[in-house]
Amino acid sequence: MMVTNWRCCRRWQGGDLGYLTREPIDVAALLAEVAAPGRGGTVAFLGTVRRSAEDGPVSAIEYSAYEEMVVAELDRILDEARARWPDVGVAASHRLGTVPTGEASIGVVAAAPHRDQAFEAGRFLIEEAKRRLPVWKHERFDDGTVQWRDT
Amino acid sequence: MSSHLADPRAARASITVECRLFARYAELLGRTQVSLRLPPTATVSDAIAALRTGVEKGDLLPAAPLAAVNCEHSAPDRPLHDGDELALLPPLAGG
Repeated sequence: MMVTNWRCCRRWQGGDLGYLTREPIDVAALLAEVAAPGRGGTVAFLGTVRRSAEDGPVSAIEYSAYEEMVVAELDRILDEARARWPDVGVAASHRLGTVPTGEASIGVVAAAPHRDQAFEAGRFLIEEAKRRLPVWKHERFDDGTVQWRDT
Repeated sequence: MSSHLADPRAARASITVECRLFARYAELLGRTQVSLRLPPTATVSDAIAALRTGVEKGDLLPAAPLAAVNCEHSAPDRPLHDGDELALLPPLAGG
């Protein structure tokens, strides 16, 4: 989607929506972003499209987003994590478009000198992402029906 | 202090705010953007009220949806400025 005339995305006009992808989440790339010799504990969390939903069997979820704001908000979340745990490396990626059951829609990683901080920072990243990122799910069921998942 | 340093909003008759709609809200109104002209003192909640009363099917929007101004989550009482981008966000479902 080409969006270049909105105030808040001017800094993204180079087309770098780096946290967003329409391909499978590249966990190895996320891990490589945070790896460092002094970091002995790494946590990676993946949120995956699951089969069982209250309303029936989900075959896939179509993810859409306010893309420029996802980038801005993830910047803020990652900066907050770095401020809170200065020795911890953090990174995140969110997938958009159609994500089949069993594939990941979001990945966050945190690498720290010791595991306690890695778990704390990883938990922070996924909870803040779930709470703050402007992303929406359009569920597709086996029978072909669709519905917004926004409750 | 010279007068040109006074609040520039006082000198304007109106401001223009670009409103963006997403997901279910875009579907409900059949559009993804609306340009709103508002009084210079308008807040986020004023803009939402203007959308709900002044735009076709606007009454289908909730009275107090989540909102963002220039890509930041914003409270209903946040003042708006000329050229701001206001986004109305259906309940978030990321991750």
